[in-house]
Amino acid sequence: MKSKIINWIDQRFPLTSFVEHDLTGYPTPRNLSYWWNFGFLAGFVLVLQVVTGIFLAMHYKADVSLSFDSIQHIMRDVNYGWLLRYMHAMGASAFFFVIFVHMARTLYYGSYRAPRELLWWTGQGLLLLLMATAFMGYLLPWGQMSFWGATVITNLFRATPFFGDQVVIWLRGDFTVGDATLSRFFSLHYLFPFIIIGAVIVHLVALHTVKSSNPSGIDLAAKDNIPFHPYFTIKDLYGLGLFLMLYSVFVFFIPDSLIEPANNIPANPMMTPNHIVPEWYFLPFYAILRSVPNMVGGVVAMGVSVIIFAFMPYLDRSRIPGGARYRPIYRIQFYLFMADMLVLGFVGYYPPTNQSILIGQIATLCYFGSFILVPFISKVEERWLIKRGLPPEVMALIESEKHEKSNKGDKL
Amino acid sequence: MENEALSNSDRRDFLVKLTSVVGGAGVAATCVPFVASMNPSSDVLAKAETEVDLTGIPPGGLRTVAWQGKPVFILRRTPDEIKEAQASNGGFDPQPDSQRVKNPEWLVVIGVCTHMGCVPNKEGPGWTCHCHGSQYDDSGRVTRGPAPKNLEVPPYHFVSENKIVIGKAA
Repeated sequence: MKSKIINWIDQRFPLTSFVEHDLTGYPTPRNLSYWWNFGFLAGFVLVLQVVTGIFLAMHYKADVSLSFDSIQHIMRDVNYGWLLRYMHAMGASAFFFVIFVHMARTLYYGSYRAPRELLWWTGQGLLLLLMATAFMGYLLPWGQMSFWGATVITNLFRATPFFGDQVVIWLRGDFTVGDATLSRFFSLHYLFPFIIIGAVIVHLVALHTVKSSNPSGIDLAAKDNIPFHPYFTIKDLYGLGLFLMLYSVFVFFIPDSLIEPANNIPANPMMTPNHIVPEWYFLPFYAILRSVPNMVGGVVAMGVSVIIFAFMPYLDRSRIPGGARYRPIYRIQFYLFMADMLVLGFVGYYPPTNQSILIGQIATLCYFGSFILVPFISKVEERWLIKRGLPPEVMALIESEKHEKSNKGDKL
Repeated sequence: MENEALSNSDRRDFLVKLTSVVGGAGVAATCVPFVASMNPSSDVLAKAETEVDLTGIPPGGLRTVAWQGKPVFILRRTPDEIKEAQASNGGFDPQPDSQRVKNPEWLVVIGVCTHMGCVPNKEGPGWTCHCHGSQYDDSGRVTRGPAPKNLEVPPYHFVSENKIVIGKAA
């Protein structure tokens, strides 16, 4: 009976071939480490956020006079409302954590390199969408941090040439962040996750075209690939178990740890809290914004600091496969960059003093400097590694890639 | 004759281009109401004027009132503060104090930092913005960045000696 039904469907819709081609039988490199679990985890957290968000929206009210109280209503009166809210609030942090690890892995192993540039860029687009969604969601509780965070970020658009002030008023629908702003943010916060789902599908189509990278950096083609199911379904589920343990510790034992206390005060447009900070996942970028003494310059620097990752496929000129694993200098650079991100994060958290501003400016220079230096360092490092001697197989691979490139050039 | 017209590719290209342009214009025109709907609505625009009674503000005292939902600082300056404000032209957005006040005793400025829109706090002489560390003097002029401009002076006028209307210049 079952096979009859599937047969009937298969004649009208490519169900079996899709499942075999892209799910169960999807060829996956056998040497993937646990760092390759984070794409799946990001997908899981996306589903978690959509589900908890839809149920929260059943109880939330997007109106400046009601929204703060409706959060208290969710926390006190709604059955398991506290759980839904803490899952959703912690889910946002979990989403960024997972995405940051996912990106760090890509940078470490050089997974952004040809032919995976489009895969990397669609991921960049997803990061921007995620940031926009998180930012709009943060306004909804209508606390002091919500209000002033939205005020500061919408104000960034004052840097728009010619129409700056009009653009800000248009975005807010009011002269200040107000009721119009709150209701449009709610509307868009509900819409954006579905755009993200669409973009994830594009990301996955790109992935399934070029297939997963792997720690060796060598294209294993068909010979060393194994089917996704059961090998990686079970590996992903094991990683999911570990992730859920950590996530549950946060949700059940320290649910307020990442929520700023000032957000428990209702929004007051007449008074800015003495110390306003964004959520932890925006801190490094916020530090870059503050480090530039000129307003437009700061906004541009912050924008570039997020976009600049997209240039990595062109900035990294080394042909040594495997990223930082086989490139000692790039590895040092990678860890220094991570340390720099942490420094920027701390600077973004602390109120601006002369000292913290100076540290922030140095860290900002290091941030952009490391991208600017990549083309030179990667080329010098490649020459050094070739001179030091590479395994003949790797040399042959680099040579064949070179030939492939020049052959293509001839044809053009 | 009819065949000639049908097989005339110039004519067809022209029609395709014309139709595309008209269609594009239609799409653009349809976007207008959607984009415009996000601008401030009539009831928001109606908040445009605020009347303030200045009695009860002591010399050196500050009152913050709401205009268009934004805080407006009304500072009653002491003779010393007036002298100091008139002595300089401010920081890197120079402007004489006389252009920023209608009556030197009363400074009326929008209490929104020109950097990122936080509300600066009155600290010592002038204001300090705690978001990113900008400072303003007692004329609302920026003396330390990252704010690029002086605090904005809203349109206002005195209706009597002790009453102003914010939102209208005269």
